[in-house]
Amino acid sequence: MTMTTFRYQVRERTVETTDTVTLVLAPLDEPIADPLPGQFTMVYAFGVGEVPISVSGRSGTRDIVHTLRSVGAVTKALSTAECGVTLGLRGPFGTDWGMPDGGDLVIMAGGIGLAPLRPVIRQAIEQRGRYGNVSVLIGARTPEDLIYVDEHDVWRDADVDVRVTVDQAATGWAGHVGVVTTVLDGLDADPARSTAFLCGPEVMMRFGARALIDRGMAPEAIRISLERNMRCGAGLCGHCQLGPLLLCRDGPVVSYDRAAPLMDIKEL
Amino acid sequence: MDTTHDLLAAQPFLAGLTGAQLDKLSSWSKRKTFHAGARLFQEGGCADRFWLIREGHITLDTHVPGRGSVIVETLGPRAVLGWSWLLAPYRWHFSASAVETTLAVELDGPGVRDLCTQDHDLGYELMSRFVPLVVDRMQNTRMRLLDLYGGPRP
Repeated sequence: MTMTTFRYQVRERTVETTDTVTLVLAPLDEPIADPLPGQFTMVYAFGVGEVPISVSGRSGTRDIVHTLRSVGAVTKALSTAECGVTLGLRGPFGTDWGMPDGGDLVIMAGGIGLAPLRPVIRQAIEQRGRYGNVSVLIGARTPEDLIYVDEHDVWRDADVDVRVTVDQAATGWAGHVGVVTTVLDGLDADPARSTAFLCGPEVMMRFGARALIDRGMAPEAIRISLERNMRCGAGLCGHCQLGPLLLCRDGPVVSYDRAAPLMDIKEL
Repeated sequence: MDTTHDLLAAQPFLAGLTGAQLDKLSSWSKRKTFHAGARLFQEGGCADRFWLIREGHITLDTHVPGRGSVIVETLGPRAVLGWSWLLAPYRWHFSASAVETTLAVELDGPGVRDLCTQDHDLGYELMSRFVPLVVDRMQNTRMRLLDLYGGPRP
């Protein structure tokens, strides 16, 4: 079933930044299976190509929400798709974030890496009583590059510690400026009972994971979302190989103790 | 009210210093309050002091022609503001402003330098704290030089 492309129609299109949009996709026929937080789908711009996009939310029971950035021919076609345009969807694929039963949650996102983490945040809020402190650390290049800005206060109202930082800003920006690891200072999370979820540029995740380990977290409790060249989505073609892992099947979510040795091998 | 000695003793940056060493530092220290928007120092100005931030936030900024003032870093509670006082020619590399009402302990740069010259143990203790601070900021700067968020992401 996962190799079959299903038709979806763009029902809503929200411009997040100059190069990033959020699309709500409604099934025209049978919907794909329910994706879990962290999983991705292969999104097909007919006549242009297919790319892997992490699921960034659900709308109702059937619609899939994707936030994507225009970086190539396919994502450009997808990001400019207006309401009513038909796209193809396959999936869902890959491993999910694996929500823990309790403890503190540390969610660290860089740039559009917040998109695959949004389902984690929403699930944590839906089951807020289950968890201790929930912290969301968001990094971006500039304030204009932040996504889901309207939701930050909603998350804060739900007792989530949301910390935002940017690499640079014009004067007038009252928020924090610095790399995302600098907002870890004073974080209210018990390293012994915390689970961390990191998504963003690989270097950011590496630095972020090291900073969390320096604070006493176990590598096994840190989960990161890796990307390579996903093609088939089912572990058949081998394009997304990272050492012993086929990331479309064994990832994208991988625990840091498993990923760290592979990330240190530049040939991979 | 806490003395400057008490305020210094409460700063993680100075954890591990002896009471006598804190006494010496406190003689060159005073409490400061900066209101929102207050300019602490200007790029190119004489770097003759540094601060241990207790509450509030400070931004470091620089002027970029055509873009105006650009904030390059924000420092908050427990952070150390200023290390240009340590090294000749003692000039600030950036400008600094208070984002909000900010409480800090201000230390006199030339005074602390003299202390370090007279008391090498204290000098070593301070340098062993400032070097990691400078290295940490340099590493963060290197990370930002990579422009990590510029790359593609599914």
